[in-house]
Formats: sequence, structure tokens, C-alpha cells
Amino acid sequence: MKKSLLMSVLLAATLAACSNNAVKDKPAAPVVDSNASQSQSNNASNANDGASTAGANQDGAAGNPLKDPNNILSKRSIYFDFDKDQVKAEYRPLVEAHAKYLVANPNAKVVLQGNADNRGSREYNLSLGQRRSVAVKKAVNVLGAQDKQIETVSYGEEKAGDCKDEACYQKDRRVDIVYDND
Amino acid sequence: MFKNRLFFIFLLLLPIVGRAELTVEVVGGAAQQIPIAIVPFAAPNANSVIQQDNITNVIGADLRMSGLFRVLETRGVATQPHTISEVKYSDWTAIQAQALTIGTVEALPGNRLKVSFRLLDVLKQNQLLAMEFNITQSQQRATAHRIADMIYEKLTGEKGVFATRITYVNKENGRYSLQVADADGFNAQTVVSSKEPLISPSWSPDGTKLAYVSFEKKKPIIFVQSLVSGQRIVLANFKGNNSAPAWSPDGTKLAIVLTYSANSQIYVINADGTGLQQVSFSNGIDTEPEWSPDGSSIYFTSNRGGGPQIYRMPATGGDAKRITFEGSYNVSPHVSTDGKLLTFIKQTPAGFKVAVQDLATGQVQTLSDTTQDESPSFAPNGRMILYATSVGGKGSLAAVSVDGRVKQRLKDSGGDVREPSWGSAMN
Repeated sequence: MKKSLLMSVLLAATLAACSNNAVKDKPAAPVVDSNASQSQSNNASNANDGASTAGANQDGAAGNPLKDPNNILSKRSIYFDFDKDQVKAEYRPLVEAHAKYLVANPNAKVVLQGNADNRGSREYNLSLGQRRSVAVKKAVNVLGAQDKQIETVSYGEEKAGDCKDEACYQKDRRVDIVYDND
Repeated sequence: MFKNRLFFIFLLLLPIVGRAELTVEVVGGAAQQIPIAIVPFAAPNANSVIQQDNITNVIGADLRMSGLFRVLETRGVATQPHTISEVKYSDWTAIQAQALTIGTVEALPGNRLKVSFRLLDVLKQNQLLAMEFNITQSQQRATAHRIADMIYEKLTGEKGVFATRITYVNKENGRYSLQVADADGFNAQTVVSSKEPLISPSWSPDGTKLAYVSFEKKKPIIFVQSLVSGQRIVLANFKGNNSAPAWSPDGTKLAIVLTYSANSQIYVINADGTGLQQVSFSNGIDTEPEWSPDGSSIYFTSNRGGGPQIYRMPATGGDAKRITFEGSYNVSPHVSTDGKLLTFIKQTPAGFKVAVQDLATGQVQTLSDTTQDESPSFAPNGRMILYATSVGGKGSLAAVSVDGRVKQRLKDSGGDVREPSWGSAMN
């Protein structure tokens, strides 16, 4: 319960940081307007759902949010621009959902597998894949997931497809979130 | 120790197996090719010695492959000399030969061969070279490469590279194997094989060992393996990635890349895995270290300034100086043995291409006509650059001369070939 509370505060802080409300009194403190409160409680209850579902999952796989195609947690890939390691804004909800899951499930562990497209240098791409996985790790860490829950690995371009165009290349520039029990 | 040993037994002490070989195809050639005639060496006991590895054919193929020679058809020539007294120079000036190679192959007791050859200057009508070899049957190709090297050096003034070896990774049926082959692609042998990727093989300066990166433990680890005994040691298995090994010119140390602190940084480690020392310190990616031939500097790829560019720093660490400025993506540096040229992969509007930069003037030339190039390395004589590319969706090897005129394709019948590196002379 204490953890849930802490998490709610963290989430509120994060969401507040994302909202564009002016900060008046204490710039460093989270600012919560009614909308944000709404989101906060929604997220908090989702997080609790996640936690309880995970508990239920020990008995049967049916309700596993990680496998539920309707749950954002079933989405496991974050895509990057060429030669870039910044996590794009469009992946914030995905990163936050997984961070939340990790916070709610302290025993859950993930491997963040960094990849690059097959152009350029294999060694540079190995390093780039590593930076991508670390970028995702930092984003998840900031949201409260513990270091011991997250491992990073890079495959560089070694798992990349035999691509010739951007539509194909972009699928390879990604970090895959792989849970221990996947 | 015990763990290493287990590895060795289960994964790697595979017998050295021959496999599908590379064949070399040459496109283009030097502006001035030397016309040379090679008369098939006399073989008194032909049925016992010369089969498909005909020494004369190998010499001819080597010289032709270099792009610097035009190997003339000799079958129609009236005289077929094997000794100097049999040479009628007018027959060779008639087909416009400038140089003539003749020789004999004789069977010796104990299943050995005596190979003798002479190189003659057709215009001056004198002898340039004469040499005799006492060899075993299995040394025929190697001897032919040595003869080709001698002819090449005598007529071009540069050292030949026919008696050298290359290494590369072949991916076939979901398996990766690190291969070592003669420079003409023959005698391919498997050094190590794994179902996880193998990358970045690096020759020890004496050609007896290979350092390479293996993902067999699901993360990159650096091994050093003896090509003589097949035994290997784990050079680096630290937290995070261990990759990009490069031998120092004296063979005592390697520059490697570790990601300890999340970012790839360059370290130097003794060849036995002791004495690890960090030499690059940046907030970006520092990778692909490559020693200058005198061992004083390390060239490397870094994106500290935004996109990846090539830098140089003292081998002991310190201030890095940016070396490449043209374009936004320059990676995979390799320095010629005379220290004067740098080859690397440059992103151009037409794709990723092998480029060469004169380190004194900074002038850059893009050399290849392929578009997905990787891993360039100089031949020991600095004339050709071997690299990986993609042809018809399949990884293959190619080479280009530093002036861009001679282009070779190394064709492999089987798998996807990548990560080549040109080594020193055969042992």
C-alpha cells in the first residue's frame, strides 16, 4: 500500500511535469489541476489493476496484462530515428506503462534489448543499440523502476533484417522490452 | 578456468573443416597493365604432381587478380621454353610480352617436388629473377603465391600480398563461422563456429592469433584464439558489452571497447587479459579503436560531436583530434601500414561507401561502386582495401585498389559473408 502511494505521487509528479500548467508557488513541486488529478487516479487504479492482475497471473495466464493485446503493456518495442538514441515523445505512454508495471511488480525483471538497422558499422551500431537500451532504462528508472529490475543488452545490427528501404530500416531501430518470464 | 575449458570442448574445438571457397572476380584494372607471359611449367611426372592446383595457373590468377598485369595467352606460341636456353625472345616480343616466366616442376623422392622458376625481361633479354623451391605436394599453392609475390615485387616495386591470409565471418543456415582463408579465397578453414553472432575479428601482428567478439553467451565477449593450437582465452568479459578488439602493432596489447558505464568507451588491455586501463573519456560513443602503425596513437569512431566521425588520440589517452570532416557519418577507421592513408566507411547520398583519406592533406576519395559497405581493411602492402558489402541482398566481400581503378568481388557459393580483415603473410 505504501508503495502504491509512493507510486501515485511519482506518477502525479511525472504527469504534472508533462502538463503545461503554469507553476506558481513552488516551481519544483508537482502541480495538479483537476484534469491531472483525474489522470492520476486513473493511472493509479490502472497500476493497481496491473499489480493485482500480476498476482492473479500466478494462478493462470489468462489475465496477464503483458500478454493482453488490448493492454499497452503488450506493446514491447520503442522505435528510434537513424543514428539517434532519444526516446521519442510518442513512446512516453509505453515507457510509463512499463515503468508502472515494474514499480507495481518489484520482482518483475526486464531486459532492454537495443538494436540498430543494418547500415554503417557493426561496432558503431552495437554501441548505438546499447545507448538506445540505456536511454529506455533511464526513462524507466526516472519513473521509479529499480536498477536491479532492468538489464540492458545490445545486439547492434546483428538481429536486423535484410532491409533496403526506410520502411524496413525503421523496424530495426528499436529497443525491445523483454520480461524475464516472457 | 574450468568454465573456459568446458566452452572449449562443447562449442569450439570443432575440427578445422574446409568449406565452400571464395572465388575472385576482377573488374577494371590499372591504366598501364604489365603484359606477362607465363609458360606452363614442365612437369616430367605430370600424372603424379600437377592437378587442378597447377602452379602456373595460380601464379597467373594471382597476377591477373591484382589488376596490374595482363596475363597473355601462351598456347599458340611456337616455342614453350622451360629452361633459359630454350627461350627464343622474338616469339615473346611477337605477342608483346614485356616479361616472361618459365619454370620446371620435378618429382623428388619422398613425395616432394622441386619447383624452379625464372622471370625474364623480354625487351632487355635478361634474367630478372631465378629461384628454386623444394616443397611437399601440399605446398604447391603456397609456393605459387610466393612466386607470384616475387614477380609482382620485381615488376611493380611493391611487396606482393598473394601469400597472405584473410579472415571473415560466414553466416549460413543460421550458424556463424569465423573463417581464415588464403588471400585468393582458397583453403578456407573454420576457426570457430556458433549459432550466435561473431563479429570484429582482428589479426595479431604475427598472424598466429585472432581476437574476435562472440555473442555465444547472449552478450558480446572478446576472445583471443590461437590459429596454431585452436586454444582460446576470454580476453574481456566485463559488465556490459565487450567489443571491437584491435591489436597493438607490437602484439602485446589490445585496444577494446567496454560499456561498463553505459556508454561505449575505449580501454587498453594486455594480450593475456591483465592490466585494463581506460583511455577514452567522453559522453558519447567511442568505438572501433585502431592503432597507428607506430603504436603511438589510436584512431577511433566517436559521436562526441553529434554524428559519428573519426578521431585520433595518444594510445595512452589524452586529447582527441578530429580527423574526418566531410559528411555526417564516417566510421570504421583502418590505417595503411605506412601510416599515410586512412580508409573508412562514409555515408554519401549514394549509400555507405569505402573512402580513403590522405592523412597529410586531408583529401578524401570515395572508392567503391557498392552502397552497403562495411569493415574496410588495407592489404599489408596498402594497395587494396578489402571490405564487406551486399550484392543481391547477400553479404559478400569485395576489394578495391586505393586509386579506385581495380575492383574485385570475392564470390562465395554458400552463405552470407561479412566482417573481413586482411592479415599478414602466411606462416
